[in-house]
Amino acid sequence: MRNRLPWILWLLLSLLLAGALGFELFAQPQKPHFLPGQTSVGHFQIELTCNACHSESFADRETIQQSCVGCHGEELKAARDSHPKSKFTDPRNANRLSEIDARYCVACHTEHNPEITLPMGLTQPADFCLTCHEDIAEDRPSHAGMAFDTCASSGCHNYHDNQALYEDFLLDHAGEPDMKLGSGLPQSSLPELMAMSGQAWDTFSPTRVAEVTEPDWQQAHQEWLSGAHGRADVGCRNCHQPEPGQAWEQQPDTAVCGACHQREQDGFRAGKHGMRLAQGLPAMTPELARQPMKTEASHQSLTCNSCHAPHDQDTKAAAVEACVGCHDDEHTRAFEDSPHHATWMEFLDGNRPRELAVSCATCHLPRVETEHFGQQVVVVEHNQNATLRPNEKMIRTSCMNCHGLAFSIDALASPELIRSNFHGKPDSHITSIDMALDRINTGSNPDLKNQNGERP
Amino acid sequence: MKTKLITSVVAAAALLTGCGGSDEPQQAGIEPKVFADSLFAVMKSDRTNYTKLIIQRLGPNGVGAIQPLEHWEDTDNSAPLPAQMFRYGAEGVTEMTDSFTYSLQSLWPVNKQNAPKTDVEIEGLKYIADNPGENFYGEETLGDTTYFTAVYPDVAVSPACTTCHNAHRDSPRDDFKIGEVMGGVVIRLPLPKS
Repeated sequence: MRNRLPWILWLLLSLLLAGALGFELFAQPQKPHFLPGQTSVGHFQIELTCNACHSESFADRETIQQSCVGCHGEELKAARDSHPKSKFTDPRNANRLSEIDARYCVACHTEHNPEITLPMGLTQPADFCLTCHEDIAEDRPSHAGMAFDTCASSGCHNYHDNQALYEDFLLDHAGEPDMKLGSGLPQSSLPELMAMSGQAWDTFSPTRVAEVTEPDWQQAHQEWLSGAHGRADVGCRNCHQPEPGQAWEQQPDTAVCGACHQREQDGFRAGKHGMRLAQGLPAMTPELARQPMKTEASHQSLTCNSCHAPHDQDTKAAAVEACVGCHDDEHTRAFEDSPHHATWMEFLDGNRPRELAVSCATCHLPRVETEHFGQQVVVVEHNQNATLRPNEKMIRTSCMNCHGLAFSIDALASPELIRSNFHGKPDSHITSIDMALDRINTGSNPDLKNQNGERP
Repeated sequence: MKTKLITSVVAAAALLTGCGGSDEPQQAGIEPKVFADSLFAVMKSDRTNYTKLIIQRLGPNGVGAIQPLEHWEDTDNSAPLPAQMFRYGAEGVTEMTDSFTYSLQSLWPVNKQNAPKTDVEIEGLKYIADNPGENFYGEETLGDTTYFTAVYPDVAVSPACTTCHNAHRDSPRDDFKIGEVMGGVVIRLPLPKS
């Protein structure tokens, strides 16, 4: 009997362990004991929710690809992806695919491999462009002798998004001054969009809350009166009691906001602020972030209300105060001493129009022009990661509203200038515009015609 | 009696089908050449119509209402180039089927990625340039798949084609004429693995 006891204990412990792991594997939404390795900065928030990417058990490459496209497909389309899958499906690329099967995202972005993961989740060697473009100097003699790993790291090219870097765009914007005297930043079309949507809402009804005398309620009412919802007469029940017969909800969740602000909510849930909510997880908190965050904000949940106070919807606070309330990295801390911040202070003091003032949101939640039912409208991009990684994505949406293209490219290619929040001028120059001009002007390529279609 | 007879006939038919199925001739499909030729007919018709009815009529050589531009997304009142429209069609097809692929290539490409790569592409493009009006057919193995590859002449059908290609700074030629072969449409059909 004494000899059996260890075996029985071993068996019981094994069963207990198997039961606990089995419960986690099959019944829990998050599975920390089954994480094979840390994921990239883009996915770590949801890495314990295996089925966010592995939608099926033992999912094959095609299934995982569907998960990638499910979250990133629209963004890639909007960015006019330079290397879409369709570029590689022609059988003439079979030899290239044998080296990197670029039909699948995981060919370059494998997860759970932190030791080989480069910025932007890249897990190919940094000279991966050479796989297909090794002979680029034959077509572009100016590229002869360039280091193999500089194609996508020098501010000249990106694998996916080259909307601000393609040659004709460089030529169209060559010679622009560092500062442009334009109309400044576009203004949001939200009121027009709401009118176009046909969205209806209950207006404020004084008889329903007339008897409410609590100070908190009165304060909320005063804030509401001075906010966007008050100005549009969006009554209390639209958020606190949206369905007839529903109990009064003291703190409505983000889904309520999305009922009227779907586009904004989609953007929020696509970025790092809201991606956990999109996966059905508890909201992101600064303590979970890999970036430096303020200790006092550690436990603040990130919802719409984190940046937009629930009743006054003060977009001025959302544009700066909300950001610096949590973020504590060098770039954020340097904002207060930056020229951009000076413009923002002038705006707050009433000495500068908002379209000429720069806040955190100007660059990270930019107002972007888009088409909606055939009309050009301006919407706020609420995915604050849409213009980052690579940061050239913000050239057209943000920088070029006030700066020339060459200055913008140089500034974004300078890590030191980014750290100082653009306090000063770029310390180096990216020569892509010069090279594009040189190619059409000097006849460096004898086979090339000039802008008039004539050979030199 | 009648029921028994029917049952026997059905059983015998099923038995014969089961025993002799492998000896039956394979169901005849469409010949690869006929299939490829038919695909090309549709492509050529659509491509010619877009070039003549949209770009030629409304573009700079017509009323000047639109401007055909490679980066049409960035310019108001612009339209995709005919070659881009063709490529968009090819890309759309790959999202629907892998029964065939097609592309537009040339010995004198504006975009160097559209130069021929495989031996059959090179031979085919040379053949259709040297033999106006004729098509080229061949087989090639790419990766682990053998393809029936057909190359059809892509002919300049309007001044919109020649003026743009002759003036484009990346075009190796500036002497294209209407009616001349400017490139070729390459259609590939994967053949069954033996």
